[in-house]
Amino acid sequence: MADVIKKATREGYGEALAELGAKNPDVIVMDADLAAATKTGVFKKAFPDRFIDTGIAEGNMMSVAAGLSTTGKVVFASSFAMFAAGRAFEQVRNAIGYPHLNVKIGATHGGISVGEDGATHQCCEDFALMRSIPGMTILNPADVVEAKQAVFAAAEMEGPVYLRFGRLAVPVVTDENEPFVIGKAKTLAEGTDVTVIATGLLVSAAVEAAEALKAEGISARVLNMATIKPIDREAIVAAAKETGAIVTAEEHNIIGGLGSAVSEVVCESVPVPVVRVGVNDTFGQSGPATELLKIYGLTAENIVAKAKEAIAMKK
Amino acid sequence: MDAMTKKELSVIATKIRMAIIDGTFGAKSGHPGGSLSIADVLAYLYWKELNIDPADPKKADRDRMVLSKGHTAPALYGALALRGYFSTDLIPTLRHVDSFLQGHPDMKHTPGVDMSSGSLGQGISAAAGMALGAKLNGETWRVYTILGDGEIQEGQVWEAAMFAAAKKLDNLVAIVDNNNLQIDGTIEEVNSPYPIPEKFAAFGWHVIEIDAHDLDQIEAAFAEARAVEGKPTAIIQKSVKGKGVSFMENQCSWHGSAPNAEQYEQAMAELKATLNGLEG
Repeated sequence: MADVIKKATREGYGEALAELGAKNPDVIVMDADLAAATKTGVFKKAFPDRFIDTGIAEGNMMSVAAGLSTTGKVVFASSFAMFAAGRAFEQVRNAIGYPHLNVKIGATHGGISVGEDGATHQCCEDFALMRSIPGMTILNPADVVEAKQAVFAAAEMEGPVYLRFGRLAVPVVTDENEPFVIGKAKTLAEGTDVTVIATGLLVSAAVEAAEALKAEGISARVLNMATIKPIDREAIVAAAKETGAIVTAEEHNIIGGLGSAVSEVVCESVPVPVVRVGVNDTFGQSGPATELLKIYGLTAENIVAKAKEAIAMKK
Repeated sequence: MDAMTKKELSVIATKIRMAIIDGTFGAKSGHPGGSLSIADVLAYLYWKELNIDPADPKKADRDRMVLSKGHTAPALYGALALRGYFSTDLIPTLRHVDSFLQGHPDMKHTPGVDMSSGSLGQGISAAAGMALGAKLNGETWRVYTILGDGEIQEGQVWEAAMFAAAKKLDNLVAIVDNNNLQIDGTIEEVNSPYPIPEKFAAFGWHVIEIDAHDLDQIEAAFAEARAVEGKPTAIIQKSVKGKGVSFMENQCSWHGSAPNAEQYEQAMAELKATLNGLEG
């Protein structure tokens, strides 16, 4: 794996914003005193006049972003996932979601891989919160390549979008020549015995898991579900029908995120076993990200184990 | 202000008050008290101050008005209907299923509403965002927002106040409707935000204090605000909650309850008498 490029998705966020800024003079980037960490600093350096820092006031930032968007601006409001989706939930819901304004929420440092900062900053609830807002689109790219594609796709569509990026450098698993379509899963491996539906940081682990399963004679399909909402029902139903068992994998509480979204579709269409890999309804702790991922079971090994459980549950 | 203009605006303010009573009576709910206290400033804003065109509610260079104290939508709807954004016949549909006159302002469906509001503390931030957008676009239109005095207990108001001053948004005017009453009591009893002028001044705003029911003072305040450079303006207006309906004045209980049939008749009779007195 030494030759695999590893880069955090937040790097893609910053790079894509700078590219967008050059193309579209109406792009405005906001941050709440985290420009160095969220990587909006890349945009700030290139377009200082179009970078608005609210200081440490995320609620105000979201409502200001809403007002700004009514003047024709394409606003990217940025903070850590914990504060963008968590602290400012009600502002996002009422000032952005309810009037369906054209605000893009760039939420970095999602999930447990925040690492040493610990539980207060490890947001594993953002998908659940954002999914419950009518009309919200939720994107969670798997790598830096897809992160840039997701930013461009979000800018092109009208309406609110929540984009989640990670702190940790992750391997590139997607192909920049493959178009990114909001609401469409990408098939990374074909398979017939089970489908692993993964999102974000867990996509590379899912690919790894499929290879390990293959070595044991188990054929696993791998879907990269970069859009959490609207969820790709078609791909999920096909996976349920054609492979008969599903494992979901996400860096989020197993309640309310990808696992829930997939289960909801499966239960109402083709009921088959769904086993969820995610943070098991617990808070995180401080520690190196790679160790935490192991402690909380966000690994290829756990996906392999859960895939076998799902297959064993088939009737 | 000349006598003719004053009479015209007083008539409009009284008609807005009648619309508030009509709307809340029709809805059997809503917030008459804090609506009645802002009728005069709305009359001035929508008939004298704002550059708007009811025939073209989304006109790009219009001035914006965000009702941050969104629960007083009955007053805003009265002003918008009387100004010609939609028929006054719709006023009694307030809060009814399928009416665009929602309990709190809805920018998506109501002509003339510039921002959805009602979750307190957010309107001033959205207004600051609009003012910033105008500045970034090099445009000269202005933004107005009306806050409640209880509303300024929300921390977000002060986040927005800090932001608007830091960004030098001199195209933003915040009107604080200081009627001194909120749901649970007087604002001092509940959690005092006083002294209000000093707080806004400390946050870097130009502050003007007026009597909310004196049209000359209202006119002078907005003229003064237009001349301010480099900072936003806060107009703190001392008002009477329930103004214009004797039994609603200065009563907490009329914050969020509608008149019954008997109270409706009495309120309308009083307002009609006021109107007759004005129109002679």
